[in-house]
Amino acid sequence: MMQRRAFLQTALKGALLCGSGGAFLAAMLKAKHSKDSYALRPPGAEDEERFLSLCIRCGLCVKDCPYNTLKLATLLDHAKVGTPFFEARKVPCYLCPDIPCIKACPTSALDKKHLEKNQGVGSLKMGVAVVDPISCVAFWGIRCDVCYRVCPLIDRAIKLENKHNERTGKHAYMLPMVQNDVCVGCGLCERACITKEPAIRVLPVAFVSGKVGNHYVKGWDAKDQERVKDAKPNTLNPKTDNPLDYLNKGL
Amino acid sequence: MRYLVLRRLMQCGILALFAANTWILKGNLSASRLFNTIPLSDPFAALQVFLASLHVEITALLGALLVLCVYGLFLGRAFCAWVCPVNMIVDFAAWVRRKLQFRGVHLGLPKNLRYILLALSLILSFALATPAFESVSFIGVVQRGIILGTASWLIVALLLFCVDAFLGDKIICSKLCPLGAFYALTSRYALLKIKHDAMRCTKCELCWEICPERQVLWMVGLKSVSVNSGECTRCGRCIEVCEDDALGFSILDLKGSFKKKDLG
Ligand code: SF4
Ligand code: SF4
Ligand code: SF4
Ligand code: SF4
Ligand code: SF4
Repeated sequence: MMQRRAFLQTALKGALLCGSGGAFLAAMLKAKHSKDSYALRPPGAEDEERFLSLCIRCGLCVKDCPYNTLKLATLLDHAKVGTPFFEARKVPCYLCPDIPCIKACPTSALDKKHLEKNQGVGSLKMGVAVVDPISCVAFWGIRCDVCYRVCPLIDRAIKLENKHNERTGKHAYMLPMVQNDVCVGCGLCERACITKEPAIRVLPVAFVSGKVGNHYVKGWDAKDQERVKDAKPNTLNPKTDNPLDYLNKGL
Repeated sequence: MRYLVLRRLMQCGILALFAANTWILKGNLSASRLFNTIPLSDPFAALQVFLASLHVEITALLGALLVLCVYGLFLGRAFCAWVCPVNMIVDFAAWVRRKLQFRGVHLGLPKNLRYILLALSLILSFALATPAFESVSFIGVVQRGIILGTASWLIVALLLFCVDAFLGDKIICSKLCPLGAFYALTSRYALLKIKHDAMRCTKCELCWEICPERQVLWMVGLKSVSVNSGECTRCGRCIEVCEDDALGFSILDLKGSFKKKDLG
């Protein structure tokens, strides 16, 4: 009798511990490999480091968003567990003029500077929209300007570029061109895009923007040209430099 | 039973209020807004945020001070027994452990582990510039999961249950949880106390059996002093099991706070 009981106990313990441990592991792995392994943060959280040091994970921003845009990350989401993020294709940020999410944040993880007068939503930078020219039908020559028209910064964040369509000989392409410095990353375009998977997507700024090294000088800009004066020659050191990479050495 | 029922009502009621998301209570246990105006925040979480960001936001600070005052001055470590949802999980685990008589493994964890983890959380928050315990907090996962109505927190709940049921007695709350440690440290001089009357005590040790922090009951049967350790969660379990009326809640037992553990 006692033996069977002990056996059952051990079996139960083992099964439950393995089960919960396994489920935990599976959840973590799923999160790691989730398809959208990036997170768009709420308005005012442009500096991810600053944001992560301040967010107390209270969800007040989530609760005060009238469009239910924001979500707190669970174990299965890629964003750091408990922090707010949004998925533009599901619900974009509608850029409320009074930005209630920022108002709600008790720790200023969402930067209060955007609430100041004459700041406006134009100062936000949740991400940058990127067009995939392969699946955007405008690049096929089909007329679609949905993203252009839905953009709250119409004709500023996306401009339409006209180009002759060689294929038909008599039509024009009207190509959506995102102005990276103007786009605020609200995701309205991603939400509205007519293709099965959006041909225009918002990515966090860090995923999109590059950075020019100091040794490129705008020769046509008199002030920038000044910098050439105290420039040092940039020569290869055959011992330490890989000649295959010499064009961007020392960056 | 009285306090047990009250505690469950309180725990579930607070979570339900958060889940209902009305003007009464918004947010979650990390930080919230009461009646749409009064800020409340978890003082330990706020402390980590301050250390991580070196920035003090007035709303979070007020909220933290308010909560800290309520517990530090009046209710003691009542958060753990009356608010924290993990309490329901570990209580269930303890119940299963008792019923099925698991003696099982005893992890030889150091007695002061939770205080070490508390210090570690604060140091790491500063070093990593991110609220360290909040990033991995099982309390956070559980409470947010319940309030937001998601499911993945159940994994963590099961893990917590298994640890406390099979790996040893009361590991989560009295060995691992830095938030409990934080409240224990700040609750030393809170007014609400458990009063012990040694004259009535028959040394049945029932209170000892049931108490989640039994070291605080060192005076039982020996001395008529109040439970003066901040580690007492003011759960009232000891009061309920004591059949000799030797224990009860008391306030304004100021002397009790300062009594030393000298039994000589
Ligand atoms: S700006 Fe408005 S729509 Fe966008 S996340 Fe904040 S509250 Fe929601
Ligand atoms: S309101 Fe602020 S602190 Fe709370 S979850 Fe949102 S960003 Fe984080
Ligand atoms: S994300 Fe799209 S809709 Fe929003 S500003 Fe940028 S281009 Fe316009
Ligand atoms: S010790 Fe920690 S987990 Fe346990 S009840 Fe207190 S806060 Fe919750
Ligand atoms: S002494 Fe009593 S009230 Fe305090 S933790 Fe133990 S059982 Fe609960």
